[in-house]
Amino acid sequence: MAARRSPDPECEIVTSLTLIDLCRISGTTRDWVVELVDEGILDPVGGGQTAWRFESSSITVIARVRRLQSDLRVNIPGAALVLSLADENARLKRHLAEAEGAPAVPGSDA
Amino acid sequence: MEYKDFYKALGVKRDATADEIKRAYRKLVRTYHPDVNTGPDAAAAEQKFKEVGEAYEVLSDPEKRAAYDQLGANWAEGQAFRPPPDWDAGFEFSGAGNPADDRDQFGDLFRDLFSQRASGDRGGQAGARVHAPGQDHHAKILVDLEEAYQGGSRAFSLRKPELDAQGHITLRERAIRVTIPKGVRDGQHIRLAGQGAPGLGQGKAGDLYLEVALTAPAGFRVDGRDVYMDLPLTPWEAALGARISVDTPSGKVDLRVPDHVQPGKKLRLKGRGIPGRPAGDLYCMVKIVIAPVETEKARKLYEELARETRYDPRQKPGG
Repeated sequence: MAARRSPDPECEIVTSLTLIDLCRISGTTRDWVVELVDEGILDPVGGGQTAWRFESSSITVIARVRRLQSDLRVNIPGAALVLSLADENARLKRHLAEAEGAPAVPGSDA
Repeated sequence: MEYKDFYKALGVKRDATADEIKRAYRKLVRTYHPDVNTGPDAAAAEQKFKEVGEAYEVLSDPEKRAAYDQLGANWAEGQAFRPPPDWDAGFEFSGAGNPADDRDQFGDLFRDLFSQRASGDRGGQAGARVHAPGQDHHAKILVDLEEAYQGGSRAFSLRKPELDAQGHITLRERAIRVTIPKGVRDGQHIRLAGQGAPGLGQGKAGDLYLEVALTAPAGFRVDGRDVYMDLPLTPWEAALGARISVDTPSGKVDLRVPDHVQPGKKLRLKGRGIPGRPAGDLYCMVKIVIAPVETEKARKLYEELARETRYDPRQKPGG
């Protein structure tokens, strides 16, 4: 697992994860993660499964897919759709909040 | 312990059939699911989602529902509640009803009522000679934009459900000092080696993974490595151009505003976004703020400008 070390030896940013790392950390199987990649839910860099490197945000994506599966009985293509719509929705809400909010003056709320 | 009206949480009558309860639950879960509700209402939706889950946990299981119903219908939501001493007498629980990891979804009310069973579930591990690495734990922390720029060290308080000696699930709070590495981005994870669950036997302890959620002050927005900030300008600064000093998250920056900038224009400060290799960019979003006309002279000057400028913003281009 590639990680950038910070001054405190025990804290590090997880910058990229191999398929094996990702399976271990999120407690999932290799085949299942491959399915998510095939569906376009996860987007590793590198060609071929052994060379794949995942962003650490993949850990969160996996947790979201699992919750959607267990709570809403959504299948993987359905989860892919829900995630992209939910992300789009969050983005639009943010823009809406900005557009509706008064022009913020930096430091005015401090 | 407070009494919770599980029927009310699902919006069903007390005599609802199992199918009605299931339908009501499915509908509410879709509405309040934390992975569907994002943005400003997320926290409220998540709270509701938990209440609905807790209610369904009980009402979907005939045994638990019968036990709950026996508590009676005369309790008001939130009323201080003490179960009668023999409330569970005569109920036979099929132990396999819930997989062990469902346990942390129990609400407080049922958690306390069923704690005796939980303690029974645990016995199996004692004395077994197993060596296995501990589980990795996951949590989310809120990090300020400024900390992402500067890095820093801060104590976070994490809450973790745990079984105590009596088998009650309690939320144990622990403070943990985290070094926030400079340049951390929203959605990234920080790993704290050995801070997860202890290993079994001589197994290594698991790691703790902290998901970073960046919080930006009002007027700032973060998108990956790039940061957007509002840049308020006076009408004359926007019209004539100006050299101004701007407070950015990485300190004061002298910025040259070109003449004739319109609201919404982005001025890019290369490499002034979240630090890293490569560093992100900082975008100043122009907002034009009309200065209040407070003196007679200011009014006269505006009037002169109005006479002098034959500009009609409502005229269609080419018209």
